[in-house]
Amino acid sequence: MTHVESLPPPRTGIGPIGWLRQNLFSTWYNALLTIIATLVIGVVLLSIIEWAVGSARWGAISTNMTLFMLGQYPREQVWRVWAVIYLLALLLGLSWGVWQTAVRGFALIAVGASLVFALSVVNSSVWPIWIGVAFAIGLGYLGGRHVPGMRRVAVVGGVLSFPIGLLLISGLTRLNFLPQVPSNLWGGLLLTLVLTVVGNLVSLPLGILLALGRRSRLPVIHYFCVGYIELIRGVPLITILYMAANMLPFFLPETVRPELVVRAMIGLILFEAAYQAENVRGGLQAIPRGQYEAAYALGLNPILTTLFIILPQALRLVIPALLNSFVSLFKDTSLVAIVGLFDLLRIGRSVLAQSDWLGTHREVFAFAFLVYWGINLALTYGGRRLERALGIGQR
Amino acid sequence: MSPPEEPIIACEDVHKWYGQFHALRGISLSVQRGEVVVIFGPSGSGKSTFIRTLNRLEEHQRGRIVVDGIELTNDIRNIEAVRREIGMVFQSFNLFPHLTVLQNIVLAPVWVRRWKRQQAAQSAMQLLERVGIPEQAHKFPGQLSGGQQQRVAIARALAMQPKVMLFDEPTSALDPEMIKEVLDVMIELAKSGMTILAVTHEMTFARSVANRMLFFDGGVIVEQGTPDQIFNHPQHDRTKLFLSQILKH
Ligand SMILES: Nc1ncnc2c1ncn2[C@@H]1O[C@H](COP(=O)(O)OP(=O)(O)OP(=O)(O)O)[C@@H](O)[C@H]1O
Ligand SMILES: [Mg+2]
Repeated sequence: MTHVESLPPPRTGIGPIGWLRQNLFSTWYNALLTIIATLVIGVVLLSIIEWAVGSARWGAISTNMTLFMLGQYPREQVWRVWAVIYLLALLLGLSWGVWQTAVRGFALIAVGASLVFALSVVNSSVWPIWIGVAFAIGLGYLGGRHVPGMRRVAVVGGVLSFPIGLLLISGLTRLNFLPQVPSNLWGGLLLTLVLTVVGNLVSLPLGILLALGRRSRLPVIHYFCVGYIELIRGVPLITILYMAANMLPFFLPETVRPELVVRAMIGLILFEAAYQAENVRGGLQAIPRGQYEAAYALGLNPILTTLFIILPQALRLVIPALLNSFVSLFKDTSLVAIVGLFDLLRIGRSVLAQSDWLGTHREVFAFAFLVYWGINLALTYGGRRLERALGIGQR
Repeated sequence: MSPPEEPIIACEDVHKWYGQFHALRGISLSVQRGEVVVIFGPSGSGKSTFIRTLNRLEEHQRGRIVVDGIELTNDIRNIEAVRREIGMVFQSFNLFPHLTVLQNIVLAPVWVRRWKRQQAAQSAMQLLERVGIPEQAHKFPGQLSGGQQQRVAIARALAMQPKVMLFDEPTSALDPEMIKEVLDVMIELAKSGMTILAVTHEMTFARSVANRMLFFDGGVIVEQGTPDQIFNHPQHDRTKLFLSQILKH
């Protein structure tokens, strides 16, 4: 047998110049395209930057920042919003300490964001509060990492944080130190986020129930769920919001008169639940029959089987679709302006009506654009990290 | 000799249809405690269908099935009571992929038998010792070989302390070198006095521990007898033909 020498592998690294040549200038028309695209992007970017640092009147944003964030929320009660932010920051840090990589993406983004916020308001009195938020996350992390038994605290805290947060924001008539803030005063980003979080939190379990009901063998339940899902999915969200805002009171007893925010929220939830149901159904269909059979053969009843065997697997499979719907709802909340609520975007239009800031359309909408986009970027990035962490070691 | 006991499984004239297709055509069988019964026969003869009627994974439409004194009817409480007494092992393992090996085993004892979690975990570890893979307790099923997964499935079924174990071709999805490790566990189980009904074409298992063999064809029991009778003096031509086919290799 002849001896064959071992050769070094062929070089694959081509360096930045090589990459450019291979991808952007491989042929004359590719090169032409690259040059034209660069020119167009350059011209657009230049004019945007010129406007942003030159003629733009950012005062429209900075003087109205609190309005953008909170709407008409009473200024002397703002500490309650801060309390909620600190509560969430602590919990986020705690979960980061307990679950490590799964939550790290969200946590790092939140730390980064609070530092950026602190910098951007460095000449007001608010910046130390934002620095404090970053510290709260760090503190939570240390607690979750080093104090035993924090897993349970994180789970229970996570579950309780939503009712507590909502209570802090809305208050109670009976409590002196926590007077009620009527929900028609909620506005801006606060309202947008409350609608998003509550909407998603309620619609997911509803959607799960609808998806399970759709697979039920009892005809009444099955057809109710199918009918509901197909009805809702056949109508635009705006229609449902109008109906929820204007017609809901007719279906409720005289004594129950929910505020407009609550009615709009119900509309969003009813809408979103139908879509989440379809997402979950996709996951349920992917579970092989053998999983049910194994569970039944062990004596598990259908409820235990669904709870411990089927749903955990089905939900894990559709996490990307669920996150996608979370983000959709976040953007869709801007439609509540149509029934008269002051979400972030609607506040923007009210700023345009202030006599000092007439004609600042570009500034206002650029700001709204950045807020929506930034939050979505953070959600998507954090969500992808979560997905990757959950996928490890299973299946 | 002790007086003849009540059979743990009694079937009378069991029929099953899939739509128009008559899959079981009158099966009568009684199995005593501690008996090891091997069921074999050609593909499509109704072997799986039959043992799946015993824990109501399939519903029978005519005849009676009584397990440990409980008749299988539409009453869900009876069905769940029977399922608690019968363990089942599937061809495709059907472990729960999102749970660790230990969690797979303790789930039913904790939620169905209402054992304390610690007690359940202890007995799960003993079962894993018994099937020879205690070191895999904290892995996920996807990280195990086929033979190891099937042994976990056996441990999971045993954790409910069943009175009867059903096996449906437990080794036919396995590579040859893994078949033995599963058969060894089954043989040990049979020798320990467990009542077993196994659909299998592993004749080593039948020869070493079976008390009785049933030959299924066309939805009926064509012939039954001890391994000696079946292997050495089969009565029916169909049995002879089938045996000659599977024993050739
Ligand atoms: N869910 C079902 N619907 C319709 N027909 C079925 C169903 N399950 C089984 N059958 C039919 O019933 C007959 C018996 O099937 P069964 O699975 O019991 O056979 P088997 O003896 O276990 O065969 P194998 O050795 O291939 O597993 C087959 O003809 C099969 O096609
Ligand atoms: Mg079969």
